[in-house]
Amino acid sequence: MNRKLFPAPVVERVRAVLFHRRVVFGIPFLWLMLFFLLPFALVLKISLTSAVMAIPPYEPVFRFVDNTLSVVVNFGNYLFLASDSLYVAAYWGSVKTAFLATVFCLLIGYPMAYAMARAPKHWQLVFLLMVMLPSWTSFLIRVYAWMGILGNQGLLNNFLLWLGLIESPLKMLNTNFAVILGIVYAYLPFMILPIYTNLVKLDVRLLEAASDLGCRSITTFWAITLPLSKAGILAGSMLVFIPAVGEFVIPELLGGPDTLMIGKVLWEEFFNNRDWPVASSLAIVMLALLLVPIVLFHRFQAREMEKHG
Amino acid sequence: MVKLKAPGFSKSMLVLGMLFLYLPMVVLIVYSFNASRLVSVWAGFSTKWYGALFANEQLLSAVWMSLRIAFYSASMAVCLGTLCAFVITRFKKMRGRTLLSSMITAPLVMPEVITGLSLLLLFVQMAQLIGWPVDRGMATIWIAHTTFCSAYVAVVVSARLQEVDLSIEEAAMDLGCTPLKTFFVITLPVIAPALVSGWLLAFTLSLDDLVIASFVSGPGATTLPMVVFSSVRMGVSPEINALATIIIAVVSVIAFIAWFWMRRAEKRRLRPR
Repeated sequence: MNRKLFPAPVVERVRAVLFHRRVVFGIPFLWLMLFFLLPFALVLKISLTSAVMAIPPYEPVFRFVDNTLSVVVNFGNYLFLASDSLYVAAYWGSVKTAFLATVFCLLIGYPMAYAMARAPKHWQLVFLLMVMLPSWTSFLIRVYAWMGILGNQGLLNNFLLWLGLIESPLKMLNTNFAVILGIVYAYLPFMILPIYTNLVKLDVRLLEAASDLGCRSITTFWAITLPLSKAGILAGSMLVFIPAVGEFVIPELLGGPDTLMIGKVLWEEFFNNRDWPVASSLAIVMLALLLVPIVLFHRFQAREMEKHG
Repeated sequence: MVKLKAPGFSKSMLVLGMLFLYLPMVVLIVYSFNASRLVSVWAGFSTKWYGALFANEQLLSAVWMSLRIAFYSASMAVCLGTLCAFVITRFKKMRGRTLLSSMITAPLVMPEVITGLSLLLLFVQMAQLIGWPVDRGMATIWIAHTTFCSAYVAVVVSARLQEVDLSIEEAAMDLGCTPLKTFFVITLPVIAPALVSGWLLAFTLSLDDLVIASFVSGPGATTLPMVVFSSVRMGVSPEINALATIIIAVVSVIAFIAWFWMRRAEKRRLRPR
């Protein structure tokens, strides 16, 4: 800042603004560096150690003994993950389950969001609150509700028996079907909301133009509405798929012994086997798998948050 | 003029979807009044599970613990999230802004087991290096919840900040307001509704979290989701049904009040002058 070009009060003001900007930026930046980014570096570090019976239960990477710094890096955990078919199957199971759940969420959520966006204005608010309300109650309890419905003595089996559709109770709880159903149920609002936000902003004149030019409504939907709502579909799918891959509560409560999902395996490695290095390398591999979806989601979200209305 | 009505298919999907979302909750509410412990038997109307719930000391102390953590986490998350939203919507050319915006959007989708594990490892390492935290508990859960709740607050607040008319702030600054005073006198009242909804969202998210809290908590701190989870793991429990009914009732009342306010604001806006 050149004092000859600008009068002193202006320089003062610009300094004040710059100082405030630095504080506004610095506080959340330091917080997130310390409590978000640094922890990932630690997970990476501990995934490269070996487990020992100690507190904390892993070997140090850096050791400084007799004036020599020795760095011990152990890739054994990753080799172990690759060699044990359990882990490979768990990753595959997670991705498959999350993918199927995302597809079902989209198939159910898109028409719902579409109907909401086309409803009269005062109804839109009601529907919006109705979609969001379940996610404000307890996630755990909403998953638990399905235990009472799907069980062998549960409501659905009793109902089907009463109708005479089945002879003996169907095994529905503790199956992969229950896990997918649970994910769809718990994550459906996160699919609906971005698609609704997108559809409600759709320029109506485009649809009018299409209909004036003789498009049938189904053609209009495929040619205009669906491509223009691509961003909403992508955001909704990522909001369902990414957390669903690492889901622990749903496979734990609704899944069975043959339900292999990586979030549950990681939890068991950590809490039951107390093998922190293996749990860490499981987390690193999961993160690597999810990197592309996370970047896709980030690009969408950053665009949403930056644009100016 | 094109007809902008929803086709019959999507309308019926909306109705079916709402039934899908709400029927399981209705089942919980109905069974919380069932005198029998079993789901398959209806043994008559009873409120005894509510009595059992309020006699459960472990559960009540967990509720109190969760409410306190949620209050502190939501308050801190509103501060941090608002600062982040400012950086993202206003400081377009700031160095490090891209990194900050990646760090604030990632927690929205990050699997909870990863967040929980990574924060626990941080706390363990910190305890080794600087001797804090000695015991994991409320403080560590507060830090963890603040971090992921800030992301949601940033989304809510930045949506509001995008709509704020910058010229009023510029006018205040031209008339000699300091940036800090401008924020408190002009910007804060305009974004206050977003801060309230961000706070409420962060509060419910913190209250609801099981996985992250399980990782970063110690023996001293048991939150409500942990108590619910350990009881639910054993199977269906009528006390939890009663708890669910209370939670659903409280949330519904708050949602109804929110709806009432928003509708009134909308009507006032549309009223001809």
